[in-house]
Amino acid sequence: MIDSKIIEVNNLIKDYSMGKQFFRALNGVNLSVNTGDFCGLVGPSGSGKTTLLNIIGALDNPTGGDAIVMDKSVNSLNHKEAAKLRNESIGFIFQTYNLLPVYTVFENVEFPLLLLKKNKTEREESVMRALEWVGLTDKANSKPNQLSGGESQRVAVARAMVKIPRIVLADEPTANLDAANSHNILKTMQRLNLELKTTFIFATHDEKVIGYLRRKVMLNDGKVIDDINLS
Amino acid sequence: MIRFLIKGMLRDHHRSLFPIIVVAFGVLLTTIVYSFIDGDMNDLIDSNARFDTGHLKITTRAYDNLASQMPNDLALTGLEKLMQSLNNEYPGYDWTARIKFVGLLDMPDENGETKAQNPVFGLAVDLFSKRSNEKERLNLGKSIVRGKVPEKPGEILISDELAKKMDTDIGHSVTLLSTNSSGAMAVQNFIVCGTVRFGITVMDRGAMITDLSDMQYALDMPNGAGEILGFNKSKFYLPADAEKIRINFNSKFINSDDQFSPIMLTLGDQNGLSEYLQYAYLIGFLIVGIFLLAMSIVLLNTGLMSGIRRYGEVGVRLALGEAKDRIYKSILYESIFIGITGSVIGTALGLAITWYLQEYGIDISETLRNSSIMMPNLIRAKISFTSFYIGFIPGLLATTIGTTFSGIQIFKRQTASLFKELEV
Repeated sequence: MIDSKIIEVNNLIKDYSMGKQFFRALNGVNLSVNTGDFCGLVGPSGSGKTTLLNIIGALDNPTGGDAIVMDKSVNSLNHKEAAKLRNESIGFIFQTYNLLPVYTVFENVEFPLLLLKKNKTEREESVMRALEWVGLTDKANSKPNQLSGGESQRVAVARAMVKIPRIVLADEPTANLDAANSHNILKTMQRLNLELKTTFIFATHDEKVIGYLRRKVMLNDGKVIDDINLS
Repeated sequence: MIRFLIKGMLRDHHRSLFPIIVVAFGVLLTTIVYSFIDGDMNDLIDSNARFDTGHLKITTRAYDNLASQMPNDLALTGLEKLMQSLNNEYPGYDWTARIKFVGLLDMPDENGETKAQNPVFGLAVDLFSKRSNEKERLNLGKSIVRGKVPEKPGEILISDELAKKMDTDIGHSVTLLSTNSSGAMAVQNFIVCGTVRFGITVMDRGAMITDLSDMQYALDMPNGAGEILGFNKSKFYLPADAEKIRINFNSKFINSDDQFSPIMLTLGDQNGLSEYLQYAYLIGFLIVGIFLLAMSIVLLNTGLMSGIRRYGEVGVRLALGEAKDRIYKSILYESIFIGITGSVIGTALGLAITWYLQEYGIDISETLRNSSIMMPNLIRAKISFTSFYIGFIPGLLATTIGTTFSGIQIFKRQTASLFKELEV
């Protein structure tokens, strides 16, 4: 599995219309990501990091070129197929955690498994295992408003990891965290990457994140300007 | 998954409790308003039918033209034959003759001198025939305040208010001074055997109830009556049925020039009741309609607000791989649950309050003090079959339609914007 290509991006172009004109967010991006990569898309605001993450996550379609994610062309997926791909194989971590406030930590982490129609026993085992990964088994019955920012982001990581996805996409996952919590979260993700061989792709310009990456893809003006192996 | 969503809905009061309260309140108001208007209309129809118009009424053309003056000189004659023919031809109706009259009631003292006098409105009904249902129809038994229902000729009932005004008691002799069918003065003595209160201001101001045969004798109307009333044996006024019989009956006399030939009128034809009922129903439906519209707008708004409030949640669910149609369906199911729960609670509370208003009513006797309309002093709501769904269906539909529209936003949502939207 390791070193096999999980994502292949070829000459990717993404235009956004702005009235009669358009803005080119991605301008011929080529990128290969291997299974188990711990990779960061790094660049200034407007460089195309989130756009690329969107397309890899089947949240958006490219204007030109193609993105092959786990042997599926994102271009050819309809809404349902894209949702299925995200549901089965991709985990998302957001900058602001986005936990569902009325549900407990356990239920938040359980949610992706419900979408996968896992049975109760499987769900309970998986959720407790995921909470164990992030060190929050004692908070299983807490509500998100009873958690600190760091704890909330760890729940978000557990939610992304509970179904053991092939790919995790994280957009600025440490932007709202202090240094200690950021390191804690990054170490957790690094450990899961190594243990579960899950591919992590970050969109970030946070130096703390960059310090943990094994691969840094530099973007500027919608183009890959550098691709550095840091391992 | 369903359990998961229900759990979330129940915990989030903005998603469950608030909309349920809004739906229940709207449904409650609609149920009460409708039932109240319906009950009031029914009471009005019922009171008018029982005391004045019947479901059908037969009188002479001449009498009908001057009906407000109760012109007994223009009354029906050949009563027995006419009654027999009506009973044979229209057996679905209970036919009964009545005489309405006005006069002066005089109460003498022990020396035979006038002690008190008061104008009276009189109603002579068949009290003693075995076939007669008039006692039950006028609810005489339950309306008695003092004394008893007449048991023999010469006994009368007068309204309790009149009795008090004239300082009359049970067993006292009173004299009626009126006009007979020939236009001459009629004088007749009666014994007051009881006082009554009907709960209808017009009747309670100064009514006198006698037996029909007593008044036929007193007003010199042998085998005659001012009017014959027909009551549908189902006890309900059925306008279409009544109209059919009216047309059939009147067609037999259509070519007659005789002012004394009988004419049949339906309840709606009399006292402007038809117009009044149409007007009242129109107002009623307007009120109910405005309630429904307001409720629908509020619920639609609630649905939209909920959609806005849950924008983040929907975004996360989309990002986690839940299909748009599935999210849409789950939100619709939630709204159906809320619609049903709110509507059930609203209908139940509405029916409970309606029942209270049906049993105890609201006293409007003060406002009817000078009224001549045959309207009960207590206006009551009425629980009918419609009461069970008049609020329920709009409550459920408004909630569901509100969510149907607001939920469309889910399909318009661009998944490409999720990262940006969820970073707020």
